[in-house]
Amino acid sequence: MNSDFTQDYFALFALPQRFALDLALLERNWRAIAAEVHPDRFASAPDAERRRALMVATRVNEAYQTLKKPISRARYLLSLAGVDTQEETNTSMPADFLMLQMEWHEALADAKADSDIEALEKLSREIQSDMRELETALTQGIDHEHDLEGAAVLVRKLRFLEKIEQDTGDAIEALLY
Amino acid sequence: MALLQIAEPGLSAAPHQHRLAVGIDLGTTNSLVATVRSGTATVLPDAHGRSLLPSVVRYLSDGQSVVGIDAQAEQSRDPHNTIVSTKRFMGRSLSDIAEAASLPYRFIDTPGMLQIQTHSGAKSPVEVSAEILKTLRLRAEASLGGELTGAVITVPAYFDDAQRQATKDAARLAGLHVLRLLNEPTAAAIAYGLDNASEGTYAVYDLGGGTLDVSILKLTRGVFEVLSTSGDAALGGDDFDHRIYCWILAEAGLSGLNPQDTRLLLTRAREAKEHLSEHNDARITAILSDGQALDLVLAQDTFHNITRTLIDKTLLPMRKALRDARIAAADIAGVVMVGGATRMPAIQQAVGQFFGQPPLTNLDPDKVVALGAAIQANVLAGNKAGDDWLLLDVNPLSLGIETMGGLTEKIIPRNTTLPVARAQEFTTFKDGQTAMSIHVLQGERELVADCRSLGRFVLTGIPPMVAGAARIRISFQIDADGLLSVFARELTSGVEASITIKPSYGLSDDDISRMLTESMDHVQDDIQARKLREAIVDAQSLMDVTRTALESDGDLLDNTERAQVDTCLNAVEGAIALGHTRAINEATAALNHATDTFASRRMDRNIRRALKGHNIAEL
Repeated sequence: MNSDFTQDYFALFALPQRFALDLALLERNWRAIAAEVHPDRFASAPDAERRRALMVATRVNEAYQTLKKPISRARYLLSLAGVDTQEETNTSMPADFLMLQMEWHEALADAKADSDIEALEKLSREIQSDMRELETALTQGIDHEHDLEGAAVLVRKLRFLEKIEQDTGDAIEALLY
Repeated sequence: MALLQIAEPGLSAAPHQHRLAVGIDLGTTNSLVATVRSGTATVLPDAHGRSLLPSVVRYLSDGQSVVGIDAQAEQSRDPHNTIVSTKRFMGRSLSDIAEAASLPYRFIDTPGMLQIQTHSGAKSPVEVSAEILKTLRLRAEASLGGELTGAVITVPAYFDDAQRQATKDAARLAGLHVLRLLNEPTAAAIAYGLDNASEGTYAVYDLGGGTLDVSILKLTRGVFEVLSTSGDAALGGDDFDHRIYCWILAEAGLSGLNPQDTRLLLTRAREAKEHLSEHNDARITAILSDGQALDLVLAQDTFHNITRTLIDKTLLPMRKALRDARIAAADIAGVVMVGGATRMPAIQQAVGQFFGQPPLTNLDPDKVVALGAAIQANVLAGNKAGDDWLLLDVNPLSLGIETMGGLTEKIIPRNTTLPVARAQEFTTFKDGQTAMSIHVLQGERELVADCRSLGRFVLTGIPPMVAGAARIRISFQIDADGLLSVFARELTSGVEASITIKPSYGLSDDDISRMLTESMDHVQDDIQARKLREAIVDAQSLMDVTRTALESDGDLLDNTERAQVDTCLNAVEGAIALGHTRAINEATAALNHATDTFASRRMDRNIRRALKGHNIAEL
């Protein structure tokens, strides 16, 4: 198989292997590569070449999606370093974090019961702001302190927040309809 | 199967040769075909100068069929055999059609997709659509004076896998080579985007007779990227007619009308709606079957009031699409309007207000989709070298599988850029289990019952192991057309599990070839000669591609590799000279194999080239 299949995602986009990423550059490089390998470029090419284009374009999109989102980027960086984030198996969390989770879940349930879009949007902003804080902590943990086990805990926390932010978003959407 | 112009053996096709490619808007009510001529996209009219082909097919007792305006004229006289709005039946079973009882057809409840009993036998919606597409193909070939290289066919963005597959099958049946299925809002954006040579994020609002389709697209230096798409499959211009109809009933104190009077007033309602697009009020007059005369005036303001909730409802999918794209209405650089219903001033006003700017309406909303498709077809056929651009589309609906308790687990979320693939691992739950069934679904809802079933995939040949020991990796691939394929492999043994697809949709290859053989056109065609012609076209096109590649990137091969490719090239030429179909196909396959590594090195090089000139951060 050619080198692009064994390269890691960062190398594919000629980007440094770290958490704090120039997202505009990532997007530009993805678009430049996607433009080269997209199956539409091979609309009149032989079958074998079209299949290859489909395969490469799929991988390029997968790489872009992985690096674009902070949580999957962190997860991927940790996996490259051989650290498993144990998101499915390890559910132990500090007590204060769990308390905050419970408060948010209650707030979400109340706002849903009251069909209160304002309250839902406020909750969504609050969670998003906490997510930004976790991302800052990830930059510190991965890029500067190389504390990968600590970073794995942050990824697990981010996963919790992502889930409740998604639920809040779904509740807002449900009220819009 | 590509139908390219055949060049003389030994000569490669001239690089500037213009390939005939068209864009087809296969609509519910009307269909159109367009092409790019001298750099401008134009709709191709029929011999009478009519651009719109009514999407109506009438089957006659002698096995013949009539398509378009002549079929439409007989609609009320011969309702059983005159099929209108067949697009609504594509990839659908009888139970999907809520209004089936009120339609005049003799439906057959065939598994997967319904059929309709006509004078010329049972017809599937795919065959009916193929008649429309064939009419447009013949129109285009007569107008352009040659066989078509290929076509881009548009589909609503919310079309699911079954509907897309059915559309592609219809095109094959009509003798068209499908370069791409293109989402209608995306086609409209292309028509506008290239016209106005603009950059930024655009919204497309496509309100047809029965459906609403919205998309958010980002245009950057030659790339159209669809960020999100949404819609409402049961909201369209017809609903506005219905509101006027209800207003007429209320104003005139009518109730319990017979079917003729209902049809009469619905027609008057539609006329009034169209009149209000140009005037401040509309007069509605009618004489009912009992002799009662109606004479009413509907003012623009009243019309606004009675349709306000509908208009607001059309903006909801727009909000959803903006949310998915994670941008605000204020960030939108322009709003493209598509579909006849967007001629309503109230719609234009509401959309304008929502985005804080007047929408773009300078292209004919009936033609804009076909024009965009033609522009894309022109690029895909390779007529636009140098001034190239690319389209990155998304999957409109989430793809999932059934898990315990009738719940759906999402595997590929909606609005993911295509092509995309995701793999999921499964295991066995019984000792010695050698088969398992996977139910694939499309939709956003949590319950399996609320999503559309794409099919059940039965995996067999799993090596017997203790429960939970087998690791079966199933990969789901969605290609650029939005079509799904599934692969499976057992990881501990490396056994490729075979997949039996029991389709809930679509036609098997056997079905298609049976229909092709049955259709009049192809019976007269000499199958052997056709196969030889296709083999030569394939071989020729591969040689062209290879030679062009050798010219630009020949340095990527060492002498041995180069000699091998040259030997294969000569073998293909020799086989073409002999004129043996099988020999040509074998030689083509050998050349394909010999250029495999070469093609992959070239792709590497192109990727590296693509990144040059960018501000690459320090490693």
